[in-house]
Amino acid sequence: MPGPTQIELVEGPIDIAAVYAALTHPTCGAVNLFVGTTRDHHDERPVEELSYEAYGPMATRELTRLAEETRARFPDVVGVALVHRLGRVPVTEASVVAGVSSAHRGVAFEASQWVMDALKARVPIWKKETYRDGGAPQWVANKEALSPTKEPRS
Amino acid sequence: MGDPSNVGVKLFASLREAVGAREVTVSLPTGSTAGQLLEALAAAHPEVARQRDALSLAVDHVIRGPEFVIAPGAEVALLPPVGGG
Repeated sequence: MPGPTQIELVEGPIDIAAVYAALTHPTCGAVNLFVGTTRDHHDERPVEELSYEAYGPMATRELTRLAEETRARFPDVVGVALVHRLGRVPVTEASVVAGVSSAHRGVAFEASQWVMDALKARVPIWKKETYRDGGAPQWVANKEALSPTKEPRS
Repeated sequence: MGDPSNVGVKLFASLREAVGAREVTVSLPTGSTAGQLLEALAAAHPEVARQRDALSLAVDHVIRGPEFVIAPGAEVALLPPVGGG
């Protein structure tokens, strides 16, 4: 019997307390939340803010698949939450929360690491960086991003 | 291969900005493959040709290879490398 699943694309700040609450479960002794935040630099350049765009229906589908795959790879996982913010995300604010709950902490750590890496590889969401050095904004791809020249998708 | 029909292709992020449109239309014979669609798009849009090796084609929200046959009415999107997280 799978536990709670929360998949969401949101405009505006992510309610991290609500994500945590959704993952709590009587059978769980661990809730692990990874929170990705906007930092003020990329390599040597000062970053003003990030802005995210999604192919909404496909992103939701991929996030749902990732939650299912997390459960298949880590059968002891109880709850899975994948929430991504779209639009502008100022420095220090959260762009993504990947959370996993389980009876014991080891699985929660491992599963949230795996699902976050997979999210960065294949969920159709894009990030634009705006800089404080006057340079033109740029779309920045993840180094993990899959492409036709890399391994084929499952 | 049937008569030509118009297929709308959604564009995102860097590709949307470079081409200057959220969606472009390409005329293809019915029964064409994803590879043939990409070929036609690259011929019509230099930015697609320039980024081509990095682009993935999604048909009805699933990434498909060049041999995949595009059904009439399918939702087609051309995706640059992702940057979420």
